[in-house]
Amino acid sequence: MNQAESNASSTVQSAAQKQPNRSNLKQRHLSQKFAFGALWVGGALVMLILLVVVGYVITNGIREVTWEFLTTAPRGGLSGEGGISTTIVSTVYLIGLTIVIATPLGIGAAIFLTEYAGETNVGSKFLRSLIDLVHFGVETLAGIPSIIFGLFGFALFVSVLHFGFSLLSAGLAGACLVLPTIIRTTEESLLTVPMSYREASLALGATKWQTIYQVVLPAAIPGIITGIILSVARVISETAVFYVTLGGSARMPTSIFSSGRTLALHLYYLAMDTNAFDKAMATGAVLIISIILINLIIDFVSSKLTAGLRENQ
Amino acid sequence: MQRRYRIDKGIKYLLFFSAIVSIIIVFLIFFFIFQSSLPAFQQIGLRNILLETTWRPTNGQYGILAMIVGSVMVTFMAIVMGVPLALGAAIFLAEVAPRAVQNVFRSAIQLLAGIPSVVYGLFGMVVLVPIVRRIPVPGNSGYGLLSAAIVLAVMILPTITSVTEDALRAVPRSYKEASLALGATHWQTIIHVMIPAAKSGIIAALILGVGRAIGETMAMIMVIGNSVIMPTPLTDNPLTIFLRQARTLTGNIAVEINYATGLHESMLFATGVVLFILIMIINASAHLILRNGERS
Amino acid sequence: MNSIKIETIHYSLNYGNFRAIEDISIKIPEKQVTALIGPSGCGKSTFLRSFNRMNDLIPGVTTEGEILLDGEDIFKMDPVSLRQRVGMVFQKPNPFPKSIYDNVAYGPRVNGLKDHKKLDEIVERSLRGAALWDEVKDNLNKSGLALSGGQQQRLCIARALAVEPSVILMDEPAASLDPIATLRIEDLIRMLVENYTIVIVTHNMQQAGRVSDYTAFFFTDETRTGRLVEYDRTQVIFTNPKDKRTEDYITGRFG
Repeated sequence: MNQAESNASSTVQSAAQKQPNRSNLKQRHLSQKFAFGALWVGGALVMLILLVVVGYVITNGIREVTWEFLTTAPRGGLSGEGGISTTIVSTVYLIGLTIVIATPLGIGAAIFLTEYAGETNVGSKFLRSLIDLVHFGVETLAGIPSIIFGLFGFALFVSVLHFGFSLLSAGLAGACLVLPTIIRTTEESLLTVPMSYREASLALGATKWQTIYQVVLPAAIPGIITGIILSVARVISETAVFYVTLGGSARMPTSIFSSGRTLALHLYYLAMDTNAFDKAMATGAVLIISIILINLIIDFVSSKLTAGLRENQ
Repeated sequence: MQRRYRIDKGIKYLLFFSAIVSIIIVFLIFFFIFQSSLPAFQQIGLRNILLETTWRPTNGQYGILAMIVGSVMVTFMAIVMGVPLALGAAIFLAEVAPRAVQNVFRSAIQLLAGIPSVVYGLFGMVVLVPIVRRIPVPGNSGYGLLSAAIVLAVMILPTITSVTEDALRAVPRSYKEASLALGATHWQTIIHVMIPAAKSGIIAALILGVGRAIGETMAMIMVIGNSVIMPTPLTDNPLTIFLRQARTLTGNIAVEINYATGLHESMLFATGVVLFILIMIINASAHLILRNGERS
Repeated sequence: MNSIKIETIHYSLNYGNFRAIEDISIKIPEKQVTALIGPSGCGKSTFLRSFNRMNDLIPGVTTEGEILLDGEDIFKMDPVSLRQRVGMVFQKPNPFPKSIYDNVAYGPRVNGLKDHKKLDEIVERSLRGAALWDEVKDNLNKSGLALSGGQQQRLCIARALAVEPSVILMDEPAASLDPIATLRIEDLIRMLVENYTIVIVTHNMQQAGRVSDYTAFFFTDETRTGRLVEYDRTQVIFTNPKDKRTEDYITGRFG
């Protein structure tokens, strides 16, 4: 121990004898009470907003939601008469198309990013910078506003490739929109699969793909499903992209080259072009209820996921 | 034996292709948007596009300054209204709320995030606009910047809340323990340790919120009124500017793309380019603020 | 024996239905180093964290019995003011991602001290007290995270000293440090004990022997409930333990 330190210990001694200054304790507790009170009020306000929006749309919309409403086609025109059957069909077709296009690409990209990123063979430097580039691409895609996807779909699929305003054009544009969601959620769930699983499989003589296909992917399935369901929700709620690629026909779609309108798009047309606010509310109620159902499914799947994780540990 | 190695190799290339699709799409988006906007920039000129306030395509006038102002104003107002509430909600969720409340609250935030933007737009049209219309100012239709900003504030709330909550939860537990062990109150710990430690995540949340706000299209079309005229106060009171109808850049694209042709169509792509650049400026400045903050 | 600083009376703690420590009565003397030793999971860290009520943060924790600090029941005190009197140093150095100065000044500042001159004084005194001043006096604005592990731990000690506690709890303070940094921390503990009451949890028998005046040996059986087996002067525990289990543990037969 040097001189300076032993000198210091005598000054510390006098300090330690003093009782700590607690004069502002009351004030500190008071400001905490005040702050936490404000936070409770803020939290209550957020809940209130949700209840008002959801409550208003559902209570005002649900009366119109009858079996007939769900199963008859919209008649078009300024009165906004008819139901929403064709728009439900269009929505389902579009979901199917988007998911079929985006899922394999998204899962493939995520597998490549997680499973092949660490490979240390010849050309790995190139591979590294490529993977950085892909990550950059995914980030960029996730940040692009949806109307830009719409413009892009309009320029490439509708115009240049002559798919016209159609389910195909909209599905391709929608796939670009949800691709980052699927890549990210799949990547996250692949990263939670313990390295020991892979090592065990490789040590038994399995090839890399056999390891991925038989060991890694099954363990990551809940995460992948979550990504797909999130994408379904995105397609249901998205409007801008489909407004400029789908055409908006209220007729029943017959092929992937048919024009169509999704539920959300139908709500928009009803609200903006007709006076049928009651029908618009009813469509809104259907949309909100489907989103609630989807959220319940996601909660269920992710509780499976965390249960699975606990088993892994 | 040989076969499964060949499969292995083939699949690797397949996965490689899937991975670069994202890059290809980004490239294609940039390419098509910029290429389609080129005629507009060449024939109308950057100056006339950015600095002229008259948008009259039938007359060959393509100034979008009014829309830039509309987008920036409505985004700024939404941030001012939505961010304090969102940050408060995030702190509440991460630190204050009891576990049972947390679970309900988190589901609520998740549901708010999932509600389609047209539903928010419809709610705005049917509920909010009539309320705003009651403000007794001549020329007040209820549609306009104020209604749009309120709708937008609610729409960005869940994004900012959940990302901020994640950032707060990612703060190492040891920081919190250290602060409490030093005799700080829980609130002092939140303010002096948790929030500074979560700063970069919170800024990321704000960037996401701004991006979502400036990119929102349909709900804005439904409540902002879509006037192409530069927003100005309705009366002598400067605050009445918020009751003025306006149009966003996104709205401009969506409202007109389905019937536009030729130079007009190209000009809508140019509007997209401007929107893009606006977002990049906001992101870059946020990153800059963040980096300066870290240096000091 | 010095006067009693902390006394626990039939103190027990439960995590929900699980009883983590049971019926511990112990008197911790003032301005001495008391070491808590025992195998992993015997509840010694939980016991240590009871003295500044850090266990309050864990949902579902309940306690029985009393803990007295200077004769006052700590469970009737305000936890914030209790933690100003009872400082703590954690197992892994945990400086805030702030400058060295701001780390040390944190405690006085949350206490409402704003005077720069006084803060400067306290920071210097505390860093000297933690034997870190000479190494960092020219770099007080450097981030606390830029220091080496041993320096970080001494920074955490300085940070605790700045609040002017009378007790310092140390939860395996050298567990993550190399042997040289460990020795410096041990020297520091011997220096600090002239002015502070120190309670230290350690896994390291030699360390307990080197730094402590008193040693409490904790043990647990298949119920996983921690109990106090033996408490005495360190010299006695190490040379002439009364309980067979203490002797076995000290001589390294298990643990």
